[in-house]
Amino acid sequence: MNDVSRLHVPAVPARPGERPDFGYVRLCPAGAMPRPPVDVPVQETAVLAEELVRVLDDDGRAVGPWDPGLDAERLREGLRLLLVTRLFDERMQRTQRQGRISFYVRSLGEEAVSVAAAMALDPLDMLFPSYRNQGLHVARGMPLLDMMCQLLSNTRDMCRGRQLPVMYHSAPLRLFSISGNLATQFPQAVGWAMAAAIKGERQIAAAWLGEGSTAEADFHHALLFAKVYRAPVILNVVNNQWAISTFQGFAGGEQRSFAARGPAVGIAGLRVDGNDFLAVYAATAWAAERARRGAGATLIELVTYRAGAHSTSDDPSRYRPRDDYEHWPLGDPVERLMRHLVLRGEWDEPRHAALAGEIEQQLAAAWKEAVRHGSLADGPRLDPALMFDDVFATLPAHLARQREQLAAELAERAVPRAHEPGASPAAAAGAGGP
Amino acid sequence: MARMNMVQALNSAMDVMLARDPAVVLLGEDIGYFGGVFRVTDGLQRKYGAHRVIDTPIAEGGIVGAAIGMGVNGLRPVAEIQFADYIYPGYDQVVSELARLRYRSASAFHAPVTIRTPCGGGIRGGQTHSQSPEAVFAHVSGIKVVMPSNPYDAKGLLIASIEDEDPVVFFEPKRVYNGPFDGDPEKPATGWAEHPLGEVPDGHYTLPIGRAAVARAGNAATIVTYGTMVHVCIAAVEALGADVEVIDVRTLVPLDIDTLAASVSRTGRCLVAHEATRFAGFGAELSASIQEACFWSLEAPIARVAGWDTPYPHAFEWEYFPGKLRVMRALRALLEAA
Repeated sequence: MNDVSRLHVPAVPARPGERPDFGYVRLCPAGAMPRPPVDVPVQETAVLAEELVRVLDDDGRAVGPWDPGLDAERLREGLRLLLVTRLFDERMQRTQRQGRISFYVRSLGEEAVSVAAAMALDPLDMLFPSYRNQGLHVARGMPLLDMMCQLLSNTRDMCRGRQLPVMYHSAPLRLFSISGNLATQFPQAVGWAMAAAIKGERQIAAAWLGEGSTAEADFHHALLFAKVYRAPVILNVVNNQWAISTFQGFAGGEQRSFAARGPAVGIAGLRVDGNDFLAVYAATAWAAERARRGAGATLIELVTYRAGAHSTSDDPSRYRPRDDYEHWPLGDPVERLMRHLVLRGEWDEPRHAALAGEIEQQLAAAWKEAVRHGSLADGPRLDPALMFDDVFATLPAHLARQREQLAAELAERAVPRAHEPGASPAAAAGAGGP
Repeated sequence: MARMNMVQALNSAMDVMLARDPAVVLLGEDIGYFGGVFRVTDGLQRKYGAHRVIDTPIAEGGIVGAAIGMGVNGLRPVAEIQFADYIYPGYDQVVSELARLRYRSASAFHAPVTIRTPCGGGIRGGQTHSQSPEAVFAHVSGIKVVMPSNPYDAKGLLIASIEDEDPVVFFEPKRVYNGPFDGDPEKPATGWAEHPLGEVPDGHYTLPIGRAAVARAGNAATIVTYGTMVHVCIAAVEALGADVEVIDVRTLVPLDIDTLAASVSRTGRCLVAHEATRFAGFGAELSASIQEACFWSLEAPIARVAGWDTPYPHAFEWEYFPGKLRVMRALRALLEAA
């Protein structure tokens, strides 16, 4: 204790050149947490919000009451989707490095957070992803070609060239449009769920954001509205420890649990091993059933680690140890699910290699097709006049005028002027007035 | 037909829509059991239930965010922000989300949300209950901005806003809720009972969004204005005994420039008036757009009358408010110029 107040600034456990230190991550053994009935009073989830729901132990065995008891077929499908997500990420990352796409965000190390959740939910449940949840899109069956065309902003881009890469959407697949602003989807998901409850429909909503974004007011609005109206919604905090260069202590105030904010507001909370496919699946299924039965919302914290950079514009070696991830105590989600399947005699190395090869072939074929539809750099381009569509449901007069102005500008740009290098006299003659 | 003040006309608009369309829901602070601090939603919860006329926590960002989600899920939410001065905590949800959802998703998603909010001063509200922030919304692409000045327009435009597939920010100039205020706080208040636009149909009707109205015909000059200032400007014109046209813009976005330009081209003189602060106010857009359309017809520079570029001061409300005298002085100068 000091005799005056001193500003406290959260300390980061390890910086570049220092020894990785995850002593701050409170763990507990797989299978240790009870699994209460889904309609349990909120207060009884307090322990689940503080501790850690885990199913897979260090040897790959599924233990304890949270084991969702999935058959091998379902788990192999989960593994395939994890692998598609990871290999898609790897390929798109390389593509960005080659300059074919402008920007990319990998989900390396946290793929299970998205894939297992999507598999545990009903296909008609509405998902409000953040920008690092591509596993949701993969698991919901968004064609890889569609995702690639969005990344390329090409003529098949679902966003018609209006959004940064990775901001996918699909109305039929019930994947909400990703904003690019942080946490805004949280109260929207709650509103969607409120509407489902008003209409008496059984669908629920689920939303994701990073632990850094829990600092935004929208996060708190969402929790409050979810509590007040008992909205059928699952609010997921992906605690991957890093918000670009900002350590999670700056959003969490060095408390160990983000999930604990659920019971504090009055909704159920679960702190879950986010790299444990079975735990994520089981927690999501529990929360979904709770919401569907009218028992209210759940805040799920998924404890994981952002193994890669924040984005292709980021270099994490400037703010954290290079070998940080190798020391991460919860391991790798793909390896852990694979080990479990191998232990059950349902998977092996040759099959894994064959699956990876098959996925690589699908990715290569999809990419070959995607670039045929153009990219920002070359090939066919969207008509720039499309930028005036969808501002409003119908084109108002002032935008119609601006579209004409753009057309005139583009027509003039297409014809080189006499004084510009390379202009032919004929072209100059056709250029008309000033 | 019935005599209604603007509060009753707005209430009637929502009553009609709640009865007509099960997708319509209302949400906001104090709007349910209590009926709103200005009574605009009075009796609607009793009639349609707490599931459709929803009291909310004091969280404008939550209100707008939830309304967006409801809109995406097939409802047609009408959110009330209790005072326009309180809208800023929800501003990001309006600007970054509501306004751009259709655009960013290439029309895969949209949210037909109407945000109603009382604006303007003249009620001794001080600097947190008097603002006119229409320009900060008109500047944002993807939202329509409406401000009626009388009960008949208020009902027709609110129904049109609720039925519109685009988001609408609907400003209610609260000083004219109960009567056509002419800018003189010392005079006994007059109600809507005597005013022709206080005659409002009981049932469903709409007025087109994007159409201005000629509030008073004239030939010597054109005043372009909206909201409370429509009545102040008419009073100023009448006090001067001038032959001046007063146009009620009614819809700031989309702007009916054709009606404005036709009038100014004919009169050759134009005064733009609003209650909001002057610098970078909506009057700047009006002035520039009219100048571009009418430059060769103008016989004098376009004049502007507005609130001073200060916050709205509680104790000096009537020195701040762009009242009849300020309009008359500007109008006189405009009519005498060159």
